[in-house]
Amino acid sequence: MQEAIISKAKQLLADGTVNRVIGWKKGEFAYDITPAIFESAEEIDADFVYDDFTSANVSKYLVKESKKEGKILAFLKPCDTYSLNQLIKEHRVNRENIYVVGISGDGKLDAEKIKAKGITGITGVKKDGDTLKINTVYGEETMPVAEAMSNKCLSCKSKKHVIYDELIGEDGEVIESDRFDMVEKLENMTSQERYDFWRNELSKCIRCNACRNVCPACTCENCVFDNPDSAVQNKAAADSFEENMFHIIRAFHVAGRCTDCGECSRVCPQNIPLHLLNRKFIKDINSLYGEYQAGADTISKAPLNDYTQDDCEASIVHERGVE
Amino acid sequence: MQRIGVFVCHCGTNIAATVDVKAVAEALSHEPGVVISQEYQYMCSEAGQNLVKDAIKEYNLTGVVVCSCSPRMHENTFRKAAASAGLNPYLVEIANIREQCSWIHKDIATATEKAVILGKAAIAKVHLNTPLTAGESPVAKRALVIGGGIAGIQTALDIAEAGFEVDIVEKEATIGGKMAQIDKTFPTLDCAACILTPKMVEALQNEKITIHSYSEVSAVKGFVGNFTATIKKKRRFVDETKCTGCGLCTEACPMKKVPNAFNLGLNNRSAIYIPFAQAVPKVATIDPNYCLKLRKGDVNDKVCGKCAEACTAGAINYHQQDEYIEQKYGAIVVATGFNPINLDKYDEFAYNQCPDVVTSLELERLMNAAGPNGGTLLRPSDKTHPHKIVFVQCVGSRCDDSKGKPYCSKICCMYTAKHAMLIREKYPDTEVYVFYIDVRTPGKNFDEFYRRAVEQYNVHYIKGMVGKVTPKADGTIDVQASDLLSNEQLHIDADMVVLATAIEPDKTARPLATMLTTQMDTNDFFTEAHAKLRPVESATAGIFLSGACQGPKDIPETVAQASAAASKAIGLLVKDSITCNPCVAHSNELMCNGCSACEKVCPYGAITYQDKEFRMPDRTTAIRRVANVNPAVCQGCGACTVACPSGAMDLNGFSNSQIMAEVDAICK
Amino acid sequence: MQVNENKEFQPLIVAFCCNWCSYAGADLSGTNRLNYPTNVKIIRVPCSCRVNPMFILRAFQKGADGVILCGCHPGDCHYTSGNYFTRRRMTLLFSMLDFLGIERDRTRVEWVSAAEGAKFAATMNEFTEAVKKLGPNRRLEDLRCRKQ
Repeated sequence: MQEAIISKAKQLLADGTVNRVIGWKKGEFAYDITPAIFESAEEIDADFVYDDFTSANVSKYLVKESKKEGKILAFLKPCDTYSLNQLIKEHRVNRENIYVVGISGDGKLDAEKIKAKGITGITGVKKDGDTLKINTVYGEETMPVAEAMSNKCLSCKSKKHVIYDELIGEDGEVIESDRFDMVEKLENMTSQERYDFWRNELSKCIRCNACRNVCPACTCENCVFDNPDSAVQNKAAADSFEENMFHIIRAFHVAGRCTDCGECSRVCPQNIPLHLLNRKFIKDINSLYGEYQAGADTISKAPLNDYTQDDCEASIVHERGVE
Repeated sequence: MQRIGVFVCHCGTNIAATVDVKAVAEALSHEPGVVISQEYQYMCSEAGQNLVKDAIKEYNLTGVVVCSCSPRMHENTFRKAAASAGLNPYLVEIANIREQCSWIHKDIATATEKAVILGKAAIAKVHLNTPLTAGESPVAKRALVIGGGIAGIQTALDIAEAGFEVDIVEKEATIGGKMAQIDKTFPTLDCAACILTPKMVEALQNEKITIHSYSEVSAVKGFVGNFTATIKKKRRFVDETKCTGCGLCTEACPMKKVPNAFNLGLNNRSAIYIPFAQAVPKVATIDPNYCLKLRKGDVNDKVCGKCAEACTAGAINYHQQDEYIEQKYGAIVVATGFNPINLDKYDEFAYNQCPDVVTSLELERLMNAAGPNGGTLLRPSDKTHPHKIVFVQCVGSRCDDSKGKPYCSKICCMYTAKHAMLIREKYPDTEVYVFYIDVRTPGKNFDEFYRRAVEQYNVHYIKGMVGKVTPKADGTIDVQASDLLSNEQLHIDADMVVLATAIEPDKTARPLATMLTTQMDTNDFFTEAHAKLRPVESATAGIFLSGACQGPKDIPETVAQASAAASKAIGLLVKDSITCNPCVAHSNELMCNGCSACEKVCPYGAITYQDKEFRMPDRTTAIRRVANVNPAVCQGCGACTVACPSGAMDLNGFSNSQIMAEVDAICK
Repeated sequence: MQVNENKEFQPLIVAFCCNWCSYAGADLSGTNRLNYPTNVKIIRVPCSCRVNPMFILRAFQKGADGVILCGCHPGDCHYTSGNYFTRRRMTLLFSMLDFLGIERDRTRVEWVSAAEGAKFAATMNEFTEAVKKLGPNRRLEDLRCRKQ
C-alpha cells in the first residue's frame, strides 16, 4: 500500500496536479505516526510512511491547508472522507484546492494495546494472517491481530469513500457495525452506575484539549472555551463540574456534525472513551429523528438545524429511561 | 465604572403588602455599581418617572433597574423616561417583583428575599447592557393583496383611495370570488352581482390598482416595509392586452363539454371561456386540460385552432408561457377566502349518489338568473320543479369527529333562511323544511330576518338532525330525521335536499402562510396578532388579514375587516421608514466559521454570507466566509445564537454574557 | 440569608421563560394570584430557542437544583419555529445528562401559553416538589459555588 501511495503522490506532484501532499511520517517511535506536509519527491522518499499504525485523520488539516496557494493532495481512508465531506458542507475547506485520493483503511493497530500485553520496545510490526508479528528491541513477539486492533477500527461503520478524486484499489461498502453496543450497555445501567462510570472516566481528564484539537468537527476559529467573552472560558478543569461542562458542551457542539471517526478517543492520553458521548448523540438522533450520518453527503440539513412538527417531546428522556 | 440607579416600586400595596420594599432597596444599594437605591409608591406615575429622570441627571447614571411590575407592562414607560433624561433606553432593566413575586407569594420574608435576588439579577444584567440604537428601514409604497374576492377588492379599493399602488393577485380567471357566485344577499335580499360587479369594475378602472388574474404568488422574501414577491402569471393562452372579451372564440370552440366551474359543474362551457358575463378582467382563458389543440401536446399540430380563427383581435397565443413578475411591497394583505368542504366522507347525505342533493352554494347557482337554468329552480336530475325541499344545517360544522370541522361556519343559518324565504316567495307551492341544531342569528336585522322566514313564509324549522338521505327509484329522496322537540322520527319524501356545507380556508392558504412566515390555527385559518385587540394584523409585521381567511364571516363583516386591514396597511404605507427592533442578532466576524448553521435555523432569512479578507496571526491574509445579519430582517429570536458552535453569534439585549450574569446572580 | 428556618431542603429552581408565551403565562398566574414556591426564579428570554445548553449547565454549576425551560406550544412560536429547535436541542441535552447519570427530574421542558397561568403555577409547584424529592444537586455542581 505504502508503495502505491508514494508513487501516486510523486506522480501528482510531478505532473503539477498538486504542489503539496499531506501524508504521514514517523515520530519518535515506530508507532507514533504523525501527519506531515511534503513538497517534493525527495521529502517523500525520505519520510513518507503509511503503515498499520497510520491512524491519523488528516482532513482537519485541510481547513488551513486548502486556503493556501495551490492544490494539496490528501490521502483519505474511508472514515476520513466523511470528515472532509462534513467540512465541505460547512464551508470550512476550499474543495477546489484539494485533490483527494481514497485509500483503504484495513484496520489500524493500537500500540497501547500491544504495550498492555507487556510488549515494549516496539520497532515494527507485520501482519501475518491473524497473527501480528512484533519486532522489538528485545526480539520478535506475536499476538493475535484482533487484539491489537484499535477500537475505532473494531467498530468500523463504513469502508466506502464518500468523496474522492481517485481511488487506489477498490471502494468498499457501508457496513453493519456494533458501534452502539457500549452506549446501549450504559443506557441499561442505573443512573447511579452511569454516574459512577462517567465520574471515574471524566475525573481522569487533564484538559490537554487533545480531543478538541484533533476533532475534525471542532474547527472553530475561536473555541468558546478559549474565548474570554463566552463566560465559560477555562484553560484547566478545576473541578469535576468543569470536566463535565467541557465534554458535554463539546459533544453538544459536534452533535449532528460528528462523523464518528473516533479520533477523540484515539488521542486521549488518559484513554477516556470520549467517543461514547458522541455516539450517544448519534444513537439518539438516529432513533428519534431518523437515521443520519454526518458527512455522508454535503446537502442534507443537520438534525439539530432541522425539525418536524411532530418531533417527540423532551419528556421522552423520562419515558424511556432506566432508573 | 458603572453608576446604576435602583428604583423599587410599592405599586400601592400590590407589591408593598408582601414585599418589604424598603429592605429590598436597602439590600440592593450594596450591590456593586449601585449609586442610588430608592423606593416609591407608584414608580410608573409621573412623579415616579421624574424620580428616575432626576436621578439619571443628578448621578449621571449608566444604568437603571426598576423593581416593579412585569416588563411586559411598563418596560416601555421606563425606557421612554430614561430616553427623555438622556440615557439610552436599552440601559434600563426591569425586575418583575409584582406578577412574579408579590402576587404569588404570601410570606413576607421569603418574598422579600426573592425580590432582592430578582433585583440582583437585573443589576447583574444591566452591568452588561450596551446602548442600542433602533435602525430604520424604508417602506416600499405599494401593497400586495392576495385574493380577489370581495375582501381583496375592498381592501385594494381602500388602499388605492389613500393614494397607494395596489396589486391584486387572483388565482382564478376573474376577480369576484365567492360573492360573484351568490344569488341574493341576506338580510336585505339585494342581488349580489348588483352590488359586487360595480366594485369589480371600480377596481379595474382605478389607476392605482393592478389586477393579476389567473396568477399566484410563488415566492415572498423580505420583511415589513420591504417585501419582494414573485407573482406567477399562469399562461391563459390569450394575450390579455389584445383580448376584447367579445366571446366569439367561446362560440367557435368545438369543445363544449367542459364542466363550468363558475356554475360548480352544474352545466357545461367551452374549453376557451370567460367565467361569466361581468368577469373582470373580461378576457378569455383556454383550459389546457380540455382544449383539443393543447391537449394534444404539440401546439404546432394542425388540430382545431378554431378560436384563433374566430378571434379578430389576434389575441390567441397557443405558445404563451408562464410569466413571472417580481415586485417590491411595503405591506401584504392576505384575502384568500374560503371554500365549502369536500363532502366525500358524508355518504349518509347521498351527495355523491344523487344529483338532487346539492350544497347551498350550488343552490345559489341553480337559483341565479345567470345560472344553468336561467334562474328557474329546477332539479338537476330531471329539470322538474321541486315541490318539497329539505335543508340540512351544520353539514360538517360543529363536528367533534375527524370528518368535519369543530367550528361553526357562521353564515349557514342566515343563508338558509334566505334560501327558504326566496323559494317560498317565488314558488309558494313548494314546502320547505330546515333541520337545525341551533339557529344562530346574531347581527343587525338577522333575527328579524329568520323570524320572517318562520312566521311570514311558513318555513318548517325542525330542531333535529338528518340521519340518512336515500334516493328512491321514483326520483324522490327519502330524508330520515328526528324531531328533537316532539321526540319523533320523521321520514320526508323530498324532491331536493340542500346541504349547508361547512366552509374551510382555501387550500392555498397553508403554503402561503409558510411563505409569509405567518401563523395559522389547526383549522388553517390565519391567526391574528391579538384575538381581540389586533384582529386584522398577523403576528408577522406587515402582513394583514382580510376576510374569511381569518375565520368564517358574512359579507358585511368581511367588508368591515377588509377596510380595517386596508387602514392598517395604509398606516404602514404612509410612513417613509419604520423603526426596527434593535434587539437583534449580530455576528462577530473574527470568530465566525462561516459554517451556515445560523442561516439554517433563521426563520426570516436574515443571515447571508460574504467572503472577507482577514489578517491572520502569522501576518498572512486569508479569505474567510463570514455571516452577516440584516438587522431590519432579524426579529431577535436567538435561534442562531445556539446553533452557532463558536459563539460568534450573539443577541443584543439578551447576550450570552447577560443571561449568564443573570444565572450567576440568581444562583449565587 | 437562610431560605427556611426549619431546615427543610429548599431547592433553587431556575426557569427560562420565553417572552411571548411562558413569561406572559407566568405574569398571568401572578395576576390571578396563583401561588407557586419562591424557589422558582424566572429569567426572561425572547424565545425558548435562545436558551443555550451552556446556560443550563452554568445554572447547575452555580448551585441550581433544577432547571426548567418554558416556551410557546409547538406551532405557536412567535418566531414560527424557535420552539421546534428548542425541542430537539433539549431532548438531546437532557438525554445526554441522563446518560451521564444526572437525575432526570432536575431538567424539564414545558410548553406554557400566555393564557395558561394556571398551568404555569401548577407546573412550577410540581417541578419544585420533584426536585425537592431529589435533594440537593451533587452530581453536577461546582464545589466552590456551594453555599457554606
